[in-house]
Amino acid sequence: MGVPAARFSPAGGLANALGWFTRTRRKYGMEWWIMIAGMIVILFVVTMTVFPGLFTRFDPNDQNAGGQMKPPSSEHLMGTDNLSRDVWARVVYGARTILGVAIAAALVSALIGIPLGLLSGFAGGTFDRILSLIMDSVYSFPGLILAIAFAAMLGPGVINITLAVAVVYIPTYFRLVRGQTLSIKEEVYVEAARAIGARRPTILSRYVFPNVIATVVVIFSLNIADAIMTEAALSYIGLGLPAGIPDWGMDLSMGKKFLPSGMWWMITFPGLMIMLLALGFTMLGEGLAEVLNPRLLEK
Amino acid sequence: MQSTSETILRVNDLTIHYPISIGIVRAVEGVSFTLADGEALGLVGESGCGKSTLGLSLLKLLRPPGRVTGGSILYRGTDILGLDARSLLAMRGRSISMIFQNPLTSLNPLFTVERHFLETIHYHDPSLSRGKALAATGKMLATLGIEEKRLREYPHQLSGGMRQRIMIGLALIMNPDILIADEPTTSLDVIVEAGFTELLANLRKVYKLSIILITHNLGLVAEIADRIAVMYGGKIMEIGSAQDIFARPMHPYTQGLIDCVPNIQLDQKELVTMPGSPPDLVSPPVGCRFAPRCPKVMPVCTERTPRLLEHAPEHSSACWLYERHG
Repeated sequence: MGVPAARFSPAGGLANALGWFTRTRRKYGMEWWIMIAGMIVILFVVTMTVFPGLFTRFDPNDQNAGGQMKPPSSEHLMGTDNLSRDVWARVVYGARTILGVAIAAALVSALIGIPLGLLSGFAGGTFDRILSLIMDSVYSFPGLILAIAFAAMLGPGVINITLAVAVVYIPTYFRLVRGQTLSIKEEVYVEAARAIGARRPTILSRYVFPNVIATVVVIFSLNIADAIMTEAALSYIGLGLPAGIPDWGMDLSMGKKFLPSGMWWMITFPGLMIMLLALGFTMLGEGLAEVLNPRLLEK
Repeated sequence: MQSTSETILRVNDLTIHYPISIGIVRAVEGVSFTLADGEALGLVGESGCGKSTLGLSLLKLLRPPGRVTGGSILYRGTDILGLDARSLLAMRGRSISMIFQNPLTSLNPLFTVERHFLETIHYHDPSLSRGKALAATGKMLATLGIEEKRLREYPHQLSGGMRQRIMIGLALIMNPDILIADEPTTSLDVIVEAGFTELLANLRKVYKLSIILITHNLGLVAEIADRIAVMYGGKIMEIGSAQDIFARPMHPYTQGLIDCVPNIQLDQKELVTMPGSPPDLVSPPVGCRFAPRCPKVMPVCTERTPRLLEHAPEHSSACWLYERHG
């Protein structure tokens, strides 16, 4: 049989990826550029978290970085704060916290929400009713209030704040995946698979799940954007992280105290970074929503 | 006639109900028929007459709230309705297979053609090596007249006719005895339909298939079926050989159906239609279900239900015109 098994090679993978980018650029105009802009922003921040040393030579917790509350200068790009720390260094090292928490939270909620949504939609009946009721009641809480309640309950710490943020987004995945599952299990190809003897677990894993997951990718990106805001909000009101971990939300609330006395740089730069990163994920999500839309992919 | 060969499927007094909020939809009521080995049976009727429901029930694929409330379906003597989940899975695709009316959506959009075949083979024979499975697939593609390069393509890259052929190939890859085809040509154009008919006739010979063809397309049954069962309002109104049904239809409904087929030689000015609409299956008419639309209706028709009786050799009809009453 003349069917060579597909094998992965790094060069081939790269060529494939590049090919995909070129093909999609030709097919989509604006959405493609929105997606790329989002990717660039995210890539920039990701580089910050991996190689902070490339961006700044200061330590974010160094209280002798060069004077108290100095405005931005060539030495300190974003000035220094009330404890003489370099604001730019805090921005660079703070990226690690917010990005890590947001992505981990989105992952945790996806890992809980997606299987529950799949099972609930596929099984139906009482199980589905009860689970939907629970999820809807969680969903009806304002997200931030729920996160605050959980953060207060769990106490400070990186893992706890991640869980508190994750809880907020579980119903988002659940509802999306359950809805998709309900519609896909009615598709003729699912019926056809049953008619030629596929088992229920097989139908769920090979026919329903892969067709559901495409929509999840988009929501995942948008969720990270939202989780960034929630994380920042939690640490802004002081429910987030123990002291010593540089964090944009915490710096924001610190900067607020000094804004009336004219120290604008302490609050502006972390705030801009939060906005930029959330915007990056939103743009990636919106762009992907168009580019990955299977209805548009079919000629 | 096929009366000498062995009966492989016997449906006895099958009744299927859909309980819904406003009552019970009596989709199929007291349907009985047999299918001989190698025979092609056409199941003909209007939309909503219960023919698709009947088809699904033969594989026990009915979805809730649909439920078989009576009767039996004997496949080589075993009642399908009494099978456990495991035997049922083994039976689907291996003993009885089914294809559906919409070939455009009958394939998993994320599977290549090759993967469709390999998965299907794997469900039934997990121990078969990939090489052997691929060989079987290649042989099937050749029978279907599909080039091997299509193996690595996705459904959206194939035409409707090709997708339908792949569907049939999947249904037949495990060499089942019976193929149930539910409106297999509805969404295909006439040229593709002609090709499909030819393929089906060919596959029937190659695989020694028995076929149950569910359709409202009289042209298609005329070409494929040996026997025809005409359904109306969840009941079989007439059943007989294809020649008898077309040449000497007994039931007024069958006569009406045949009159509705446009005839190019007769220089018709207008299309013949049948007045009225299919019965409400929640509260079907008393007596014969066709009575309200029947041109030959008699008083007895709205009072008592006629039985499906053999009024000519191998030709049965449920109609008071032929049954003694009074």
